Amino acid sequence: MKTFLNSKKLMLSVAAAAFAAAGAIGTDALAQKTIKFGSSAPKTGPLAGGSAVTHWPNVKLWVHDVNSRGGLKLKSGQRKIEVIEYDDRTNPGEAIKNINRLATQDKVDFILAPYGTGFNLATAPIFNKLGYPQLAVSAITDKIPALTKRYDNIFFMLGSTSTFTGAVVNILKKMREDGKIGNRVAMVNVADAFGIELAAAARPVFKAAGFEIVYDKSYPLGAKDLSPVVKGAKASKPDAFVAWSYPPDTFGLTAQAKINQLNVKAFYTAVATAFPAFKGKFKASAEGILGAGGVNPDTPEMQAYFKRHKEVTGKDADFWASAVTYASYQILEQAIEGVGTLDRKAVTQFIKDNEFKTIIGPVKYDSQNSARFWTVGQWQGGKFYGVSSEGRPGAKPVKDKPNW
Amino acid sequence: MEILLGGILLGGTYALIAMGLQLQYGVARIMNLANGEVLVAGSFSALWLFTGAQINPILAIVLLAPGAYILNYFIYQIFLRPLVKRAKSEGQLEVDSILSTFGISFVFIGLLHAIFGGEYFNYEYLEIPFEIFGQAYGVNRIAAFLGAAILAALLYIWLTHTRSGLKLRAVSVNPSSARLVGINVERTSAMAFALGGAVTAAGGSLISMFDTFDASIGVVFTMKALIIVILGGVKEIKGTIVAAFILGFAETAVATLIDPGLTLAAAFLLFVLVLLFRPQGLFGRQSS
Repeated sequence: MKTFLNSKKLMLSVAAAAFAAAGAIGTDALAQKTIKFGSSAPKTGPLAGGSAVTHWPNVKLWVHDVNSRGGLKLKSGQRKIEVIEYDDRTNPGEAIKNINRLATQDKVDFILAPYGTGFNLATAPIFNKLGYPQLAVSAITDKIPALTKRYDNIFFMLGSTSTFTGAVVNILKKMREDGKIGNRVAMVNVADAFGIELAAAARPVFKAAGFEIVYDKSYPLGAKDLSPVVKGAKASKPDAFVAWSYPPDTFGLTAQAKINQLNVKAFYTAVATAFPAFKGKFKASAEGILGAGGVNPDTPEMQAYFKRHKEVTGKDADFWASAVTYASYQILEQAIEGVGTLDRKAVTQFIKDNEFKTIIGPVKYDSQNSARFWTVGQWQGGKFYGVSSEGRPGAKPVKDKPNW
Repeated sequence: MEILLGGILLGGTYALIAMGLQLQYGVARIMNLANGEVLVAGSFSALWLFTGAQINPILAIVLLAPGAYILNYFIYQIFLRPLVKRAKSEGQLEVDSILSTFGISFVFIGLLHAIFGGEYFNYEYLEIPFEIFGQAYGVNRIAAFLGAAILAALLYIWLTHTRSGLKLRAVSVNPSSARLVGINVERTSAMAFALGGAVTAAGGSLISMFDTFDASIGVVFTMKALIIVILGGVKEIKGTIVAAFILGFAETAVATLIDPGLTLAAAFLLFVLVLLFRPQGLFGRQSS
């Protein structure tokens, strides 16, 4: 009987304690209401592999960094942040629905820009309609002037298709002037919006620069066998090989080029060349390979960023858009603190009017476009260094690619 | 010669992708849309064994195939048997199994995503050139082709020369008559489905040697497998293997002679032609 009483008492006290704890959590949460952010990007589907490297780890890292500082400083006091994450399944329709849901149902204060050119363009109207600033990063298009004119809330910072192709052509021109390569260029592209647009932009530029495109073919997205492409390119006896490629085929083409001993002094593959997995697979063979993007990994800010990225997310950052993605969150964060409230209109205006200090250096938008970015990088001694940039200092000289 | 060899290697890859689905669709009558995910799961397991325990992807099959067999056996018994029991006609089972396995494919994607994350994965194994008639081919592709050839030969011999293989073929041709001659159709179907899963996972292990994959790439394999199985005639493993090689040749020939960008178009043209002129598939028999 006594034990029964005891256990009853015990239960009561446990219940009371639980109640008290619940109450404490309740008031605690009320006192420090978090600032809510939303993020919609692929977690599944064809672009998931890219966003898992470039997008999601930076969301995690940024939340960690801000909250370990105590949160964002507003006029009403410091508040922690949280991010609501949705998978757009690499489907633009789903992305639009997600943005809508984040704004109307989750009532988030700000929305981080989606991942991928097509997705940033597809969601631009809804961002604009809902009045959220959209700091696009992984969006490379020639439509920047038209888009920024139509939408006063969209910002770009990774460049346009023509600067991208132009930079590659300039590097080849320089190598030709130095007598390292001849006139013959083999160019291939993935038969997808991205590859087709870049190849179409590159063709006239190559011709204007006096290059002869000796091999010009496309291959379907997800092609399982790229050896005919590489064999064809090799048979055309090129001095330079340029591929406007996506992640799986960037790996596939490079592997085949190595097997087929396609030895050229200039070997360029586009997206994913800057990924840590690229070095992971090709190791020393990656040396001298040119690719889209690049960073200046030796600045103290970038070194600290790489270190923190690895510690917090357990993964290595890529050598291109990872840091830019993080920088875009820094801009948003500084703009919110600069305004001191969650007024989206004021924050958008603040972004337009000010220069921001970020890990990639200072960023200032000029008509909603940041004109300072890296265009081409090269694997040199185990790091992917920027070798060509628009307005960013620290570009390394291009080296000849050694034979495989 | 270049086309011939390239076509053979690619055909081997396609055979690995499609043979498992043929067993599942042709015999167990389950249109398995999660087939590609099982293949990718095989690739991931191979990667994990290779990087974690230095087990090479060819040896890994010894571990992977039985594991996949057991897993697929349970998938069949738990999720698909009820559909088979309930189905009043083959058509209904087809629709039900498509819906159900479509769901299962998402479970697979979710699990792979949770365990490995969403990035691209690959590793370097046997990526050394091997020269045949003056052209270089990756040793890993040749190894995958040999694996495909061995698997195909084993399956074919087993199906045509053993009693259990005969049972499988009987169920494939006519399940209700097979029951009349004392074949346990349920058990045979479960075995065919599980075996199909094991073959697919083995294929995933071999393909992972030269392919870059991620958690949600399975659907690409499923689509290819579907085309090959229908091309070859649903009820004949022989048809699937021949169709895989025809597709491999056609794609390599088009890529080398015309334009690599037209390989998909060539594959679909072939598919449309077969559907128009031989709707039962290259080796299929007209159902009476």
